[in-house]
Amino acid sequence: MLKLTVNGRIHSVDVEPEMPLLWVLRDHLNLPGTKYGCGISECGACTVHVDGEAVRSCRMKAGDAVGKKVVTIEGLGKPGLHKLQKAWIEHEVPQCGYCQTGMIMAAAALLAKKPRPSDADIDEAMTNLCRCGTYARVKKAIQAVAAPVATVSPRKS
Amino acid sequence: MTARSVQPRSPGRREFLKATVAVGGGLALEFSFPFAAEAAKGAPATEVNAWVVIHPDDRVVIRIARSEMGQGTYTALAQLVAEELDADWNKVSAEFASPNEHVRRNRIWGSMSTGGSQGVRGSHDYVRKAGAAAREMLVAAAAAQWKVPASECAADKGVITHGPTKRRLRYGQVAAAAAKIEPPRDVKLRDPKDWKIAGKPVRRLDIPDKVLGKPVFGTDVALPGMLHASVAQCPVFGGKVKSVDSAAAEAMRGVKKVVRADDFVAVIADSWWRANQALKAVKVEWDPGQFGNASDATITAMFREGLADPKIAEAKKAGDASGALAGAAKVLEAEYSSQYLNHATMEPQVCTAWIKPDGFVEVWTSTQNGEASLAAAAETAGVPQEKAEVHKMMLGGGFGRRGGPQDFVKLGVKVAMAMPGTPVKLMWSREEDMRHGYYRPASLVKMRAGLDAQGKVVAFEAKIACPSILAVLMPQALRNNVDFAAVRTLNDMPYEIPNQRVDYAMRNGHVPVGFWRAPGQQNGVYRECFLDELAQAAGKDPLEFRLAMLKAGDKNRLVLEAAARAAGWGTPTPPGVGRGLAVVEGFGSYAAGVAEVSVDSKGALKVLRYVVAIDSGNVVNPDTCQAQAESNAVYGLSALFNGNTVKDGRIRESNFHDFPLPTMADMPKVELVLVPTGGFWGGHGEPGILPFQAAVLNAVFALTGKRLRRLPIRPEDLRKA
Repeated sequence: MLKLTVNGRIHSVDVEPEMPLLWVLRDHLNLPGTKYGCGISECGACTVHVDGEAVRSCRMKAGDAVGKKVVTIEGLGKPGLHKLQKAWIEHEVPQCGYCQTGMIMAAAALLAKKPRPSDADIDEAMTNLCRCGTYARVKKAIQAVAAPVATVSPRKS
Repeated sequence: MTARSVQPRSPGRREFLKATVAVGGGLALEFSFPFAAEAAKGAPATEVNAWVVIHPDDRVVIRIARSEMGQGTYTALAQLVAEELDADWNKVSAEFASPNEHVRRNRIWGSMSTGGSQGVRGSHDYVRKAGAAAREMLVAAAAAQWKVPASECAADKGVITHGPTKRRLRYGQVAAAAAKIEPPRDVKLRDPKDWKIAGKPVRRLDIPDKVLGKPVFGTDVALPGMLHASVAQCPVFGGKVKSVDSAAAEAMRGVKKVVRADDFVAVIADSWWRANQALKAVKVEWDPGQFGNASDATITAMFREGLADPKIAEAKKAGDASGALAGAAKVLEAEYSSQYLNHATMEPQVCTAWIKPDGFVEVWTSTQNGEASLAAAAETAGVPQEKAEVHKMMLGGGFGRRGGPQDFVKLGVKVAMAMPGTPVKLMWSREEDMRHGYYRPASLVKMRAGLDAQGKVVAFEAKIACPSILAVLMPQALRNNVDFAAVRTLNDMPYEIPNQRVDYAMRNGHVPVGFWRAPGQQNGVYRECFLDELAQAAGKDPLEFRLAMLKAGDKNRLVLEAAARAAGWGTPTPPGVGRGLAVVEGFGSYAAGVAEVSVDSKGALKVLRYVVAIDSGNVVNPDTCQAQAESNAVYGLSALFNGNTVKDGRIRESNFHDFPLPTMADMPKVELVLVPTGGFWGGHGEPGILPFQAAVLNAVFALTGKRLRRLPIRPEDLRKA
C-alpha cells in the first residue's frame, strides 16, 4: 500500500511503487483530467504539481511521490476555478482540449515561480505539445493572468 | 460564465447507464442524463424535433450529429439551429445524437461523418431548417393556446409574444404542445445578414469542461468493473502473429488475459499500465509477410516506376501540352516529394467496448463518424446495428485519423469479445499509434511547364505518383484509376493555362493511407512552389505573375489580393526576413497565405508570421475561424518538419522524441483575414493549411535562394555550405 497525498486528500493505494504516478491518478484514483500522451515525458499532457513543481507524471514513479503533495487539474482551483482556468475560458484557449489540462498545470507552476514571465520565459517553460495549435492563446491567457489589466474581454457570450 | 456540460447520452438505455455510472464513488463518468433526471421529477423534456429538445425550465438542448475534435463544429451547428429557433443562447447546450437512434430512425440526423471541413458546409441547410421548423411549431402551439392566428405571434430569445395583446409564453411552456403539431413542410431561412447568434463569436460550448479536466474524451471513459487493454499489432503492415509466449506476462500483477489474434496480441489487465507492461513481456514472433523488405528506397522506386509507366492514367487533358512544351521559349522541370505522415493526435486511438450478456454491444470512442463506428462495432461483433450503440466522446484531435478506417473500433470490439460481459478500454500506446496509422500518402510529383518569349505560361504538365486513399477506404469513388484526392489542385487549377496535362500513377504500397487534414494538400505545396519557380524564370513578381493568370472575379484572386494587402506584399522586409505567398482553393473555400520566415546560421527555419485570407462564403463563428487558422499553421509546420519513414517494412519513428512536433516557441504570429463574399458555404477546418507550406517555402527561397523540393525539410537543407 502506498500513501499518496493528492489534492489535499490522503489515499492508500494498492499499487506497485514503480507504477508511474500518471496511471495511479487515472486508473486507481479516478482522476482522468491528467492525460497520457507519450509516456516518455516529451509531451507534457500528464503534467501535475508535486510539492509545487510541474512534474510529468508519466515518468515519476508513484513510490517517489509518497510524502509529497500532489495536485492535479481536479484540485488546482479548489475551491472554484483557478485564475488560469478562468483565463483559459475567457480567451477560448482549448481546441480539442486534450493537452490543455497539462498546459494549465505547467502554466500555474510557471506563474508560481515567475508571476511576470516574459515571452521568452513562457516559450522556455511551456514545452507542452499541442497538436491543434493553441499556443498563441495559451500565451495570451498566461499573460492575461500575469498582467490582470489585460483580462477584460471585448466579447460577451 | 455558465459552465455548460457536455452530455453524451444513450437513448433507450438511459436508465441502465444512470444505474451503472452511479456506482464507483461518483468519480466514474460524470455525465448527466437530463432525460432520466427530469423523468424522475415528473417533468420530462420534450423533443420538438430530432434536433431540438426543450426543458420545462426553457433550457434548450441541441443535438449534434457531427463530431467535435477541436474544430468548433459542436458550437457552430448549435449556433445555426439556435439562430433559426430564435433561442436564448444563454440557455442553449448541446449533446451528441445517438448513432443507434440514428439508424433506428432512418438516419434522421443526416451525415455523422466529420471530415473534409464538412461539419457546417455539409449540414447548414438541414440543421437550420430543423431550427426554423421547431420555431414555427412552438409559435403555432402558443397561437393555438391563445386561439389567435400564428401570424400575429413572433418569437425572440425563447419567448413567443402575441403582438396585439402582448401576451407571452416561454418555449418551455409550449414545447410539449408544439411537439404534437405537424411539422411545417417548408420553412423560410433567415438571410445571414440578419443573423443574431450565427455569425457571431459566441463562446464555445465544450470549453469549460475541457478546462476543468472533466472526463469528456474517449480515454476518460471509466465504467464499473472495466478492464484496460494494450495492443501490439504486427509491426510490418500486413504481417501476422507466428507464435506467442505469454507465460511471463500472464503471471504479472493485474493481468486478466492475453488475447492472441491473427494479426495482433493484446493484454487485458486491471490498469492500463499493467496491461502495457505485461504486453512488453509477451514474446511474440511475427511473420512479416511479403512486405518485410519494404523501405523508403523501395517506395521511391515504386513511385519512379509509376512516373515512367506508359499506361499512366489521365487525370486532365486540355489543349496540347506536349506540343506547346516543344514550342516553348523556355521549359522548366522540377520534381517534388514528401513522406508518409502520421496524424499524431494527442489522444491515442482508443475504444471501450462492452459485450453485454444479451449480446448488445456498447462502445465509447473518440470517432469522427459515429455511424461508421456503429457499423464497424456491429459488423465486428456479428450483430445487427440496432443491437449496438456508440457513445460519441470528445476527440483528443482527429485530423482525419478517426474517420474512415475505424480500425480502433474493430480492434476494441475484438478485444472486448475475448472478455464478454466485461467492459474493456483498449488504448493504444503512443508507439503503437505512431506505427499503426493511416498515413498521409507519400508522393512524388514531376512537373514541367513552358513559358513563351513574354514569360507567359503556355503549357503545364504534371505526373503524380502516390498511393490512393480512396482505393483503401472508398474504392467505388475511383474513376478510371484516378483518385480525385490524389490529383486535386493540379488537375483543377484556377490559372488560365491553355495547354495542360495531368497524369496519375496509383502506386499503393503496403503502408495504409488515409485522409490527413486537407487530403491532397501536398499538390498545392508543389504547384504553388513551382509557380514561384516559373515566376522567377519569367522575371516576374510572384503576386503579379499569379494575378495575370486569374480571371477577373475569380475568388482565388480576391483572397490573394486580400492576403497580399494585409501582409504588406511589396513593402521591404526587415533584414534577415523572407516573404512568400501561395493561393489554393479547397474544401469549399478559397485561401491565400503570405508567410514571413528567417533562417539562422545553423539552418534552422523559423516561420515568423502567417497571414491567411479566406473566403468561405458565410462565416458562422469568426473566433473559431481564427483558432482554425492558427491550428492549420501549426499542422502545416508539422508537415514541413515531420515525416514517417519506412525500414524493414515498418515505420521507423515511434514517439515524440523521434517525431518532434512544433512547440510554442515555433508558433508564428497568425493573422486571419476573413473575406466572406456570401452565397456559399465553405469550410474552415482545412483551407487554412492549403497555402501554408508553399508560402513558407517560397519565403525561404526569397530569403536564401534555396528551392526546397523535398519534404520534410531536413536541417542540412538550409545549412550554409
